[in-house]
Amino acid sequence: MSLSANDKATVKAFWAKISPKADDIGNEALSRMLYVYPQTKTYFSHWSDLSPNSAPVRKHGKKIIAGIGLAVEKIDDLFAGLLTLSELHAFQLRVDPANFRILSHNILVVLAMLFPDDFTPEAHLAMDKFLARLALALSDKYR
Amino acid sequence: MVVWTDQERACIQDIFSKLNYEDAGPKALQRALIVYPWTQRYFASFGNLYNAEAIMSNPKVAAHGIVVLHGLDRAMKNMDDIKNTYAELSVLHSEKLHVDPDNFRLLADCLTIVIAATMGSSFTADVQAAWQKFLAVVVSALRRQYH
Repeated sequence: MSLSANDKATVKAFWAKISPKADDIGNEALSRMLYVYPQTKTYFSHWSDLSPNSAPVRKHGKKIIAGIGLAVEKIDDLFAGLLTLSELHAFQLRVDPANFRILSHNILVVLAMLFPDDFTPEAHLAMDKFLARLALALSDKYR
Repeated sequence: MVVWTDQERACIQDIFSKLNYEDAGPKALQRALIVYPWTQRYFASFGNLYNAEAIMSNPKVAAHGIVVLHGLDRAMKNMDDIKNTYAELSVLHSEKLHVDPDNFRLLADCLTIVIAATMGSSFTADVQAAWQKFLAVVVSALRRQYH
């Protein structure tokens, strides 16, 4: 399900609108993922505090959303643009790719909450496709 | 047997009490048809689903969205036995409508997003967890009679 020119334009426009709240989005999405899907906590057993909005969660949420921002910039060639991140996830982090879908879902929920008027069905469609494509690029180096 | 905590029950009742079925139902189904266009395969008789505008103004889509939400209302009123409450509905979706059960999850996700948009910050992580558990039970009950 590749990204059309329209999809890319929609993602870029929507991202421009939401990026002032990027850190909040990252924190909320990660907090919710850990809370609603407790199996995802297994990747963070080295953190002191896994509760929603905790310091480690906020810090990591920022990192994740920055990665997504990078992907928006590299939207014309996600596989090349996310090569380093893919290698990181494949060889060091080894996060099961099923979890990318879970995080994506939580990002979409948070977008709906924070931007109810802007997160139209068309924006939802473009973001869902984009995040799926991002996940694919991220898991490219796994095997 | 599904075990519901008092807090989960209260959460679900609260969401439904605040929900406008005539608004959320249509919005959720419209989103599913737009975001996951292959779901349109089940609605060939609904007329014009050609683009997002057509889907959002299609009266049959809106009507059916309301039907779906009233179905969920029944599950909410029978939370301790959703499995049996939905036995006939499950047979209907499997034997008569031939719906791939994966679609239930897609519609459920769209409904979650519509509710998140409506409730805003009161859709806390706790509420999301309870709501998604409820939908998971509903989807599981709907899948039960597929053989």
